[in-house]
Amino acid sequence: MLKVNIGRKILSANEEYARKNSRFLAEQKKLCLNMISSPGSGKTTILARTITELKGEIKIGVIEGDIKTDIDTERIRATEAPAVQINTDGACHLSAVQVSKVLERLPIEDLNLIFIENVGNLVCPSSFELGENGKVVVLSVAEGDDKPAKYPAIFAKSKVLLINKIDMLAAGVQVDFDIERVKADVRKLNKDIEIFTISAKTGEGFAGWCNWLVKSVKALG
Amino acid sequence: MHETMVAQSLLAAVSSEAAKQNATPVCAQISCGAFDAINDEALCFAFEVVGRGTVCEGMKLEIEHKPIRARCKNCEEIFEIELSSPTCPKCGGDFELLPSEPLMLETIEFETE
Repeated sequence: MLKVNIGRKILSANEEYARKNSRFLAEQKKLCLNMISSPGSGKTTILARTITELKGEIKIGVIEGDIKTDIDTERIRATEAPAVQINTDGACHLSAVQVSKVLERLPIEDLNLIFIENVGNLVCPSSFELGENGKVVVLSVAEGDDKPAKYPAIFAKSKVLLINKIDMLAAGVQVDFDIERVKADVRKLNKDIEIFTISAKTGEGFAGWCNWLVKSVKALG
Repeated sequence: MHETMVAQSLLAAVSSEAAKQNATPVCAQISCGAFDAINDEALCFAFEVVGRGTVCEGMKLEIEHKPIRARCKNCEEIFEIELSSPTCPKCGGDFELLPSEPLMLETIEFETE
């Protein structure tokens, strides 16, 4: 038996492309955020409202990741923002090489901010860097307040947590969601995370989130 | 099921080393951090499937899971954190997570004549 020491990162190919994307975005001075959540938490609705609210202030482009269809890309294009679709044909997350291929299809020079809407999944996308400046995790109140405890990795790695669909709480819909418990659980893992409670339906809480985006775009120069 | 992509990357790495050694791999040791969310059964199954008909067919995988470590901002203690109740075991203080371990291909064992 011959034993050979390798000591090599298994996902080094993905990391190389992630570094390439990151270099490209840094040269262009563009902010890029990788949005991750379970299916149905409201990522696309949040993006559409964010684009509309920030119209005239910052220009946003979107890379949409889905297993199938371009339904979400069409929803983004309805806001007149440029959007490109990646269909993963079964894969549960985006990879950096897929992002690098579509980045050039966006009118990068005209944009300040690029959102990557990852495939709806709270586990797998957190393991694959895409070259983004930060991750934005979305948790909707309908999913329950135990998710940070059950899926800690994505909450530990994210720059921003958006707690969405808070209009359901105000409307008295019966959901098991204690906002303070979520905030406390997330802050245990991630002291620096920015947390915004929002409703993409009513626009509640968007001022804080949009201000954070404007500030982050300006910080890049 | 991101294990499929991990399995494909692993297959490429082991196959290229097998070509270099001109030998058949029988076992590979890999390690991963808790944030890599690797399920052993899913990864072994995915590797078995992608390895069929290749030099890696039938190769065994041994997976080591490394804990997440943190440094206490108060007393500098470095400790393994329990995600369900993360606090510094020494003083209960504030902490920062240390970078999680990447997925690594550590060693490969090859069959020799």
